[in-house]
Amino acid sequence: MHIPDGVIGPGVSAGASVVAAGGFAVAVTKARRYLTDRLVPMAALVTAFVFAAQMINFPVLPGMSGHLLGGVLAAVLVGPWVGFLVLSIVLIIQALLFADGGLSALGLNIVNMALIGAVGGYLVYRAGFKLAGSRTSRVPAVAAAAAFLTVPMAALGFVVEFMLGGTISSLSVGAILVAMVSTHLLIGIGEGVITFFVIGAVLKARSDLVYGAPTFAGRRTEELSP
Amino acid sequence: MKRKGLAWFLIGLLVTVTVAVVVSRFASNEPDGLEYVAEREGFSEGAAEHPLAETPLAGYGENLPDEGFSIGIAGLVGVLAALGLAFGLFWIIRAPGSDRDGPPE
Repeated sequence: MHIPDGVIGPGVSAGASVVAAGGFAVAVTKARRYLTDRLVPMAALVTAFVFAAQMINFPVLPGMSGHLLGGVLAAVLVGPWVGFLVLSIVLIIQALLFADGGLSALGLNIVNMALIGAVGGYLVYRAGFKLAGSRTSRVPAVAAAAAFLTVPMAALGFVVEFMLGGTISSLSVGAILVAMVSTHLLIGIGEGVITFFVIGAVLKARSDLVYGAPTFAGRRTEELSP
Repeated sequence: MKRKGLAWFLIGLLVTVTVAVVVSRFASNEPDGLEYVAEREGFSEGAAEHPLAETPLAGYGENLPDEGFSIGIAGLVGVLAALGLAFGLFWIIRAPGSDRDGPPE
């Protein structure tokens, strides 16, 4: 489930939509610089894969499941800004075709999963990759660690949105903060495991197509090399 | 796309379709993290019904007659929609002149 309509008030939802639209404009501009012809099918495939993988809820606690977010997965494979667009397309399809995630909440979900998840997640990945010595063999493990962290990061995004514009003001933001971060830390373990194996498999087969790896054979945006 | 690229793309697509159509049948039905917290902490009460809740594919096929097949159908439609929309957008915004100065396959 993504954020439905009605949980966050119209002001904060509209604000998030403006941020999401701005992010979309930046993403298109940045993506234009490195999205070459041969990367287009790869980026489309990653979008379809993230959609498919998000359907797979895995058990986490009794009475609770989790599913892939896919932000770091997409960003390491196709770059942070194409990754932003990948997650945005997935969220738009989920909201419009499958009634998953509210329409007025689309901006909120894009901020949490595309902006924090893919772009924020890539910044975490890049910092971790440098710390780990920038070796290609470490790409899957660093991506897994970054992926693990982005799930509670995205959950924190929701908590901030709820603090600013939650429609049920009688609830304790502190309790929601603790519940969101603790449950999403657990879900993050699954995120890390899936990211590790998918990035590892793609790296093995086509290391030239993995944006976040030193072996990448295309262009990158100057400021966001691995 | 060269032959190697095409083979690789088709393998990726096969994996993706398998996940969406077959593996999805075995996915957990328990609420995910956000839904779980929403119910426990009480903010789910603020949630409005989705304006498209009565459409055929809402809830990944919950409105379709048979639950066993419906999630697979929803998965296939979603994969094709994601692939089509993404391919269209990315093709339109792709780097200018990139067919010439990309590295050799």
